[in-house]
Amino acid sequence: MSSVRILVGTRKGAFVITADGSRRAWTIDGPHFAGWEIYHLKGSPADPGRVYASQSSSWFGQVVHRSDDGGATWETVGNQFAYDGETGTHQWYDGTPHPWEFARVWHFEPSLDDPTTVYAGVEDAALFRSTDGGASWSELAGLRTHGTGSSWQPGAGGMCLHSIVLDPSDPERMFVAISAAGVFRSDDGGTTWRPANRGLSSQFMPEPGAEVGHCVHHIAQHPDRPGTLFMQKHWDVMRSDDAGDTWHEVSGNLPSDFGFPIAVHAHEPETVYVVPIESDAVHYPPEGKLRVYRSRTGGNEWEALTAGLPQSDCYVNVLRDAMDVDRLDPCGVYFGTTGGQVYGSADGGDTWTAIAEHLPAVLSVEAQVLP
Amino acid sequence: MPVTTVRVVLPTHLRTLAGLDRGEVRLAVEGPVTQRSVLDALEARYPALAGTVRDRATDRRRPFVRFFACQEDLSHEPPDAPLPEPVCAGTEPFIVLGAIAGG
Repeated sequence: MSSVRILVGTRKGAFVITADGSRRAWTIDGPHFAGWEIYHLKGSPADPGRVYASQSSSWFGQVVHRSDDGGATWETVGNQFAYDGETGTHQWYDGTPHPWEFARVWHFEPSLDDPTTVYAGVEDAALFRSTDGGASWSELAGLRTHGTGSSWQPGAGGMCLHSIVLDPSDPERMFVAISAAGVFRSDDGGTTWRPANRGLSSQFMPEPGAEVGHCVHHIAQHPDRPGTLFMQKHWDVMRSDDAGDTWHEVSGNLPSDFGFPIAVHAHEPETVYVVPIESDAVHYPPEGKLRVYRSRTGGNEWEALTAGLPQSDCYVNVLRDAMDVDRLDPCGVYFGTTGGQVYGSADGGDTWTAIAEHLPAVLSVEAQVLP
Repeated sequence: MPVTTVRVVLPTHLRTLAGLDRGEVRLAVEGPVTQRSVLDALEARYPALAGTVRDRATDRRRPFVRFFACQEDLSHEPPDAPLPEPVCAGTEPFIVLGAIAGG
């Protein structure tokens, strides 16, 4: 029987949560890297035992760990993220120029077919690649230097590159998303980039439909339909059917279209999940009810999924990288909260169970299916 | 070039990262004993600590890290200034301290 491994990054360490394919009984292993912020962990699709972990702290900076046994043991690898050439400036919160400064790795995206190649999205926003299992890192500087970088601004969490989507049908195509700049696409393996934000509208900007400056919170893609992208923006849930060339809103009947994560069902490319949050002012669910919303129509028509989730007095948040699906059938869906709960559904979201209840605030959740 | 044995005290998280079971390490430092030469020796012996005390890009002390020895705050001393004689003699440790802050 297959098994499932959930990699959980938290404010105070990493946890590896496992179950067999029935996904009824879960075992929690951890904390790994106790006391450190673990922004993200992700396993290689080509070698699920290889897992990359981003460990950081305001005191001691960035550390990168790699495991070759599914998170049982770890070794430190390279943590030198040097921007390529002159870094120039981006905009600071007050609109003044601010030099690019490396702060941390927000997201690792291992190559789809090579366990030694992994991409890192960092703050201040840039994309790095390692082809030696994380020992050394080189910036794909064409993103930062393509021409709009000087107008990028940080969101509240910093100016982070948080989403990396690799196109399974075209090894040269990739997408990244940056807060607050927007989505960018490369069609040549990351050498050159262009903004892919047409159709986005952000009312906080002087020009709401500007080419860049949008606070994109997360993007997701179904591997069988790589031209379709879904986006949870600061406000608005969006969809593109032309690989990011144009976007249109699919917020529909959501109780709020503010939120952070977005995920696509493993087997149904038109089934999408979001977790509405009341507003950017309060960062907790509407009415104190923790509800995942599912659309089976690719957006616009959404249903609340509540079975097993707290429906009163719940004031947690679900962060952008803290939701994922597994590839079993039925599809499993998982998300973690800033209250330290990790919820899982083994039936595509119909019912939910807390698979961990008292962890530190959850920053990231990634699911792996093991043979 | 003379080699000096220097005692260095590390904060808990860096001990764990370096795989140490105690807070103090003894390092062989070549040449003049300074912040830079001690930290170079520390990173050479424990590569996992590279970038954790000094910023990778600037080589400067991280803002939430301080250096002490002989009841003196050496955090703002030049990195190539000689450390106090008792540190060079091994009778006093060079202390790397993480700021007591945060939740």
